[in-house]
This record gives sequence, C-alpha cells and structure tokens, in this order.
Amino acid sequence: MATNKVKRTLFFEFTKGLWNESPVFRQLLGMCPTLAVTTSAINGFSMGLATTFVLVCSSTIISAIRKLIPSQVRIASYVVIIATFVTVADLFLKANFADISKALGPFVPLIVVNCLILGRAEAYASRHSPLPAFVDALGMGIGFTFALLVLGTIRQIFGTGTVFGLISFEPWVIMILPAGAFITLGFLIALINFLKQSTKKKELAPACEVK
Amino acid sequence: MELLIIFISASIVNNFVLSYFLGICPFLGVSNKLEKAVSMGLATTFVMVLAAMVTWLINNLILIPFNLPFLQYVSFIIVIASLVQFVEMFIRKTSPALYRALGIFLPLITTNCAILGLALMSVLREYSFIQSLVFGLAAGLGFTLALCIMAGIREELELAPIPEPFKGAPITLIIAGLLALAFMGFAGLITG
Repeated sequence: MATNKVKRTLFFEFTKGLWNESPVFRQLLGMCPTLAVTTSAINGFSMGLATTFVLVCSSTIISAIRKLIPSQVRIASYVVIIATFVTVADLFLKANFADISKALGPFVPLIVVNCLILGRAEAYASRHSPLPAFVDALGMGIGFTFALLVLGTIRQIFGTGTVFGLISFEPWVIMILPAGAFITLGFLIALINFLKQSTKKKELAPACEVK
Repeated sequence: MELLIIFISASIVNNFVLSYFLGICPFLGVSNKLEKAVSMGLATTFVMVLAAMVTWLINNLILIPFNLPFLQYVSFIIVIASLVQFVEMFIRKTSPALYRALGIFLPLITTNCAILGLALMSVLREYSFIQSLVFGLAAGLGFTLALCIMAGIREELELAPIPEPFKGAPITLIIAGLLALAFMGFAGLITG
C-alpha cells in the first residue's frame, strides 16, 4: 500500500511537468531560449536536451546537499552548481556536436540564468529528497524539450515552406525571424488557454445542473 | 565612429529584447505600467554598464593570463550576482528615495539573461574596454526603450476588448512580435 502510494506520487511528480504545469506553456518560464533557438526543430530539441541534462543534475545535487547549504547564501550556491553543469554541457556539445553548438551560440551558456532551473531548485529540490527531485526535474525537462520541439517544428515548416519534403509552398520568411517566434508562441499559448477553458466549462456544467 | 556604430547597433538595430530575445522575463513581467518599466529599465542599464566593466576586467586580467576560460560562466555569474547585491546595498545607504523606486527590481536583475548575455557577447566579439562599456550602455538603453514602448501599449490595451484566450501572455507576445517586425525596419541603418 505504502509503496503503491509513493509510486503514484512519483508518477504524479513526473507527469505534472508534461502538461498541467508545462514550464513554457503554463508557467512561462525559460522564455529566452524558447524563443531564440527554435528556428528549426533540431535546434529546439538539442537545446531542450541540454537544459534537461543541467536541470536533472543540478536538481538532484541540490536536493542531496540541501541541508548543508545555509539559507542566506542558497541562491548563490544554486547558481554555482548550475553553472558547473552548464560548463560540462557546453564543453560536451563543443567537442561532439560542433554544428549544433555553433547554431545555439551564446544560448548554451545562458542556460545558467534560465529561470526554469533556478525556479525548480528553489521551489522543489530545496524541499524534497533526491529521488522526487530527480523525477520532478526529469518531467519538467521533458515538458520543456517537448515545447521547444513543437515550436521549432512549426517555425521550421512555415519558415522553409516544406513539410518534411512532402508538400511544399511559399515559405513565410517571417517565421524564422525573431518576430515569428513571438507570434507563434503567442498563438500557441492562446490555443492552450482556449482548450483549457473549454474543458473547464464542460467539467463545471454538470456540477451546476446538480446545484 | 566605431563606437557610434556599436551604440546604434546594440540599442536599436539588434535590440537585445526584440532580436536577441535576452531579458524576456522582465519584458513580459514588468511591462504593464509605464512608470515601473522606466525604473526597471534604468536599474538594468546601470547594472549592465557596471557588469560590462567588471567582467571585461576579470576576463582580461585574470582568466586569460592564467589560462582559465572554462571558468568564465561560473565566475561571470558570481560577479554579476554579487554586483547586484552590492549595488542594492549601496543605493539603500546613499539614496533611500532611489532605493524605494528601484528596490524590488534590483534582485530580479541577477537572473536577467541580458546581463550575462552582454558579458558573453562582448567576450565573443573581442571588444576593448571602452567598446564593451559603450556596448553595455547601448544595450541597456535599448532594453529600456523596448520596455517603455511595450508598457505604453499595454496600458492602452487594458481597455481593449481582447478575446478571452488571448488575455495576458499571448497578446503580449503577439504585440512583441509586431514590435520586432517594426524594429526590423532599422536593419538597413547599419550594414554588418
């Protein structure tokens, strides 16, 4: 029974990052990389993976040493831990995937100040033991990667004017320019708000009738 | 002349918010009132100029001579965080009125990626000390400009009938997109 409960909560911690508390679409965290690197699906995906790596490692470490960190200097300590893992990720990308590293440019080092990572460290990892912190970070990271992949795919399809080489049409140049990033994300969030509101209405409707 | 080009390029043509997507969090968060936007922009500009100076000194006097460039990220972010803390304490002691105006925004600046982005970019472009100083000032003013325009539009927007799902972040993002489009008109001002 007890293990069952633990499992269920862990599963809940994992899935909340995917949809209900999706970092990009619902919490609006980590917007800078989201908008900047999603000119193509592969760029968005690799940025998502790099961020997930840093998020998972730093959340686990922070939660493991959370009792050793004095609360006055906790933010500074978190930032140092995060910056260390970002350096690791950056050097790894530079050594093995030089093209992607060049395309992402200064946005790999900027993972340090991605508010998603510091936000999870402060709101979750500093209060939970390593295992839930690990699962929470993994869920959030995958949710973030998913959002970046979706945004990157949409912008790539419209910006290059082909759907994976199957259908081709006049490319919308604006979609790969900065303006396209803002507009696409705006419409995506509006769509998700719309879906959320219409499901909420359906849930509320029978309750009102009973009353 | 070269300094002028850096200034115009960083403040208008390659605006940090609208073409590099740096500092989006405060751009979306504090752009609902014009007054707040001005204070936030000026505080950020101030920290940016200081950060550009200090990170240049650290990079050229410590990291490069001792062959430690892999410590760049760690050292830059620590310096920026402590700089913000120091500025906050300094302003509180010397000018309580200014502190009240800027106070709550100062801690937020640490996690503003525009600051770290500025430091990293001036390293990447191998700017001299004076050049990075001008670059910092221009980027800060450009950030303030974008924030103020956005705040002005959003103040008007409060009275506009916006479809329900677009309220809040989505409409702000779309307006930012249109602004970015408008700023692209400056692209011909400078070549390269």
